[in-house]
Amino acid sequence: MSEQHTSEQPKSEHLMSDAPGRFGRFGGRYVPEALIPALEQLDEVRQKAMVDPDFQAELDHLHKTYTGRPSIITEVPRFAAHAGGARVILKREDLNHTGSHKINNVLGQALLTRRMGKRRIIAETGAGQHGVATATAAALMGLDCTVYMGKVDTERQALNVARMKILGAEVIPVEHGSATLKDAINEALRDWVTNVHDTHYCIGTVTGPHPFPEMVRDFHKIIGIEARQQVLELTGRLPDAVIACVGGGSNAMGIFHRFIEDEGVRLIGVEAGGEGVESGRHAARFASAEPGVLHGAMSYLMQDDDGQTLESHSVSAGLDYPSVGPEHSHLKDIGRAEYRYATDEETMEAFRLLCRTEGIIPALESSHALAGALDVGRELGPDGLILVNLSGRGDKDMHTAAAWFGLIDAQGEGTV
Amino acid sequence: MTPATAVGSAAVFETCREEGRAALVGYLPVGFPDVATSIRAMVTLVENGCDIVEIGIPYSDPVIDGPAIQRAASAALAGGTRVEDVFAAARAVRDAGAVPLVMTYWNLVLRRGVDRFADDLAAAGGGGLITPDLIPDEAGDWIAASDRTGLDRVFLVAPSSTPERLATVTGACRGFVYAASTMGVTGVRSSVGTAADELVERTRAATDLPVCVGLGVSTGEQAAQVGSFADGVIVGSALVTTLLDVEPEAGLARLAEVTRELAAGVRESKR
Repeated sequence: MSEQHTSEQPKSEHLMSDAPGRFGRFGGRYVPEALIPALEQLDEVRQKAMVDPDFQAELDHLHKTYTGRPSIITEVPRFAAHAGGARVILKREDLNHTGSHKINNVLGQALLTRRMGKRRIIAETGAGQHGVATATAAALMGLDCTVYMGKVDTERQALNVARMKILGAEVIPVEHGSATLKDAINEALRDWVTNVHDTHYCIGTVTGPHPFPEMVRDFHKIIGIEARQQVLELTGRLPDAVIACVGGGSNAMGIFHRFIEDEGVRLIGVEAGGEGVESGRHAARFASAEPGVLHGAMSYLMQDDDGQTLESHSVSAGLDYPSVGPEHSHLKDIGRAEYRYATDEETMEAFRLLCRTEGIIPALESSHALAGALDVGRELGPDGLILVNLSGRGDKDMHTAAAWFGLIDAQGEGTV
Repeated sequence: MTPATAVGSAAVFETCREEGRAALVGYLPVGFPDVATSIRAMVTLVENGCDIVEIGIPYSDPVIDGPAIQRAASAALAGGTRVEDVFAAARAVRDAGAVPLVMTYWNLVLRRGVDRFADDLAAAGGGGLITPDLIPDEAGDWIAASDRTGLDRVFLVAPSSTPERLATVTGACRGFVYAASTMGVTGVRSSVGTAADELVERTRAATDLPVCVGLGVSTGEQAAQVGSFADGVIVGSALVTTLLDVEPEAGLARLAEVTRELAAGVRESKR
């Protein structure tokens, strides 16, 4: 590829405020003082690494020989026939090693962990994809690894728990609170503040205290850099819309970032609408929430009148989070990105449609983006061109999907 | 509305200095086991020798708290405790004769509005805020509001704090500096270790403000030990634990006993 991410300057910086770690009024560092030195060290090491040819060469080598980058794009005409006839192209992050985009960030942070002289890496995980990616990188680089996962999620993603353990990671189920992703992050933060001298917290998405949102985005922006060029080569033009699901929002920031300056390209994030925003059981932060602070960053946050965090809900564990990366909040505030949501039901229909029309089983998280693409395609009509980030594969979701479509009974026995 | 002029903790440290001892700072969350009992418990602290009561507001995501305070906070929230309840607690502590400081995660203040929170706290007799997940770098609104109302503004330092951070943090404090002496979450520890002593010494190099040590103290002996080098001894989990898994009256009796032991401890720590 002619365009290397090593030489890529962050394109969105001119849209941002001057304050370090701020995206407009969002972001920041709302953490205990005890963590500040570690965040400063991380910021310094990653800034040096981003301009260090040796670091970039090592990461590029891993991408090519381990992750499987560049990931391909796939045009999906039989699926697109249901999207108003618009052309739909998938960026296949599902084909990466470990099955999702998460590995891009984890390999970068694992390399930084070694540079900082730390020997232990911890992570939170919702669906298990980030946990599996972190366990994988830890195995590859000889780091000790502990993954925190909500008890509810360990049950709905049991296969990923087994994968992490087989890779040598310790998996700690978190029973406190709602026992999902947010509680896993709380527990990981408690571990980190206790063990920060030898431990790096490998946050899995574009949230948390500065420099995490910026750093994680930078490790994922290769998705958009590759995809933009691939779409241009295939179609001769830029897409009308780039669509990605948004939980914390790492895959979305990864694919959006290179397109931010392409003003004619709509950037569309699809949140988890759960059982519908009116039901209260959802994770559609932009449809309902106001700014607040959670896990170190100011961003849109589902909270009650007192500021207590509300519990989110989604059929997909990976989107089941009450806040969102601060850069997304900023992109929404300035109108550069638009956010909509897909309900569990719309998501499962889009999931089934891609399976049946294209022979690709997407992750439930990514299926939200597919549901968004069906709607946007109908709005754009046959002249439309849509790029969707297929952020992960759906193998981990077979139990949920089989139960949803009635393919197994409650005991998990096949009925067909 | 003319802002109330808050009375912070400075006078407490003056008195303690005259008496040649450290101050005792006791933490309890409002709303555990219920709002009324929690306020009685805070008054019990004052009656048994606490100089400053640190009133915690239960929060859904208490990332620096260990198991004891997490349990109490969850129970308090499940029982319907609201942020509003902290103001009645502050009034009760002030009326009992101690300085009430509110310890809160930042989003609860942000949600109410920093100015409104400060005004309400000052009007209720509150002495200030301790903010474990707010660093001075992010605290512009709060620094302005506390300057306006006279509320104490207590930020935390940690063993990991560099000299530069110690200067920044202590420079932003008013009242005292909270030295979180062990890396980790709140909870009882069998020994207070040498980290506390070192941290206090390093903090004193950066400021003339009183330095109080928290995280881990549970016995009179530890209170005496910490009180020999710190201006105040902060006790949290050990107090909260007296109220866990017990009938309220029995819990309050245990709380009074533990508080007396700690109060005797700081009074043994002749300095």
